[in-house]
Amino acid sequence: MAKRKGMEVSIAIAEAASMCNVDVVSAYPITPQTHVVEHLADIVADGELDAEFIPVESEHAAMSACVGAAAAGARTFTATASQGLALMHEILFIASSLRTPIVMVVANRALSAPINIWNDHSDVMTERDVGWIQIFAENGQEAADLVVQAFRFGEDKRVLLPVMVHFDGFVVSHVVEPIEMLTHAEVKTFLPDYAPQQKLDIDAPISMGPVGIPAVYTEAKMAGEAVLRDAYGPIVECLDDFGKRFGRTYKPVETYRREDADILLVTMGGISETAMTWVDRARAAGEKVGLVRFRLWRPLPDKDFKEAVKGARVLAVVDRHFSPGGPGGPVAQEIKYILYGQKGAPSIVEFVAGLGGRDVGFADFDNMYKKAKAVLGGATVPPFEIVQVRGGHHGEA
Amino acid sequence: MTIRQSGTPKWKELALGNAVLVPGSSRHNRTGDWRSSRPIWKLEQCVKCGVCTVFCPEGCIAMRRADAYPEADMEYCKGCGICVNECFTGCIAMQEEKE
Ligand code: SF4
Ligand code: SF4
Repeated sequence: MAKRKGMEVSIAIAEAASMCNVDVVSAYPITPQTHVVEHLADIVADGELDAEFIPVESEHAAMSACVGAAAAGARTFTATASQGLALMHEILFIASSLRTPIVMVVANRALSAPINIWNDHSDVMTERDVGWIQIFAENGQEAADLVVQAFRFGEDKRVLLPVMVHFDGFVVSHVVEPIEMLTHAEVKTFLPDYAPQQKLDIDAPISMGPVGIPAVYTEAKMAGEAVLRDAYGPIVECLDDFGKRFGRTYKPVETYRREDADILLVTMGGISETAMTWVDRARAAGEKVGLVRFRLWRPLPDKDFKEAVKGARVLAVVDRHFSPGGPGGPVAQEIKYILYGQKGAPSIVEFVAGLGGRDVGFADFDNMYKKAKAVLGGATVPPFEIVQVRGGHHGEA
Repeated sequence: MTIRQSGTPKWKELALGNAVLVPGSSRHNRTGDWRSSRPIWKLEQCVKCGVCTVFCPEGCIAMRRADAYPEADMEYCKGCGICVNECFTGCIAMQEEKE
């Protein structure tokens, strides 16, 4: 087992992708993802990785070239964030529908306008329907580990889907963290060489991406739905195997000090680390509170989530994005989908926090917890609250 | 489950990523049936330059007649009218399909 080494998270991610022996990297630099692709470009230019680095003119082109490379049978990697992810939007559907197991890391960042380069989840949450596997890292160690695992479960013959590994921009991407990198030999035993199931080959020609007339489109979408839901099994197998080999076990839904908790916080991404520290403080003060985090986001691990919140009476859900003029935060909405109609389901209190990089600290968690406690005592609260917003809520006097 | 490449397959019968596994599927998928108008030639004005054959996006025009005038394969012509625009002698016109 390798030693822990202080390194910038973006660099660790690039090194992890390099250890996976990717054949093609097609990427366009965008803050806060830039260091990932810059470092990969270095690795390729230095001859340490025998790969094609395609410096494209936009993220739309980046994802298009990824689809082409993967269709030709290459192990393909890219990275983006925010506007870049939005610019890839239409090609993301094509990547999943053509079953090209690309791996992409996304350094989550707010969408414009106003222009904002800092972290929230508006980029990922507007791409929920693209048919990709989506998984969240909370820190650099997890991000580096998940990149390696993403290639394995994405390329699994039962799966063959592209994977997004999400990690928070700046607060994770630019942090120097002690990281235990896998060795080349370890990655080699864990991740088999890529053997594409189907590829463009002039000696055995096929057409990928033909028209799907109304008589076929519905069935094609059903096939996409089935394969993404069924990917759950192979993903968990892979996470478990990784844990057995390397001692770091990842679960579709993670919990922290949830035993006997009346109130559970629900978070995703880097904010979970602050939340865990806050839970420790609250527990020390005698509060019965714990934490639940989605690690896997697509396919939605609904059963694991139900199990994780069993016995809780109030969930305080912390969203990093919301749907303007709509139903509030996406994570809270999906939790409602999971729990709707279930007898004794916990009440849900919704918060939207940390928009565009606004810091969320212990005082905010204190407030959220206070409101959740009031709900536990029978109080009613507004549908959702935007944490720290100055000037009060819409409709408030 | 066998893979079906035409007709009304069930979702499990679709090829991986909905790919077409056997080349030449356009031989049986005749794509001319959604045309709403068709090109009509006034051959007396045609100078047999072949420009229309080059510009037809379906590649369905050829100088296939015995007298070497152009002719469109109406099983594949989609009625786009590009040939009409490109023919500089103005000998092609679009005519609405009746039904
Ligand atoms: S109408 Fe369009 S498809 Fe038909 S022959 Fe002319 S150019 Fe070709
Ligand atoms: S472009 Fe016009 S003139 Fe030339 S071959 Fe075609 S129909 Fe004839």
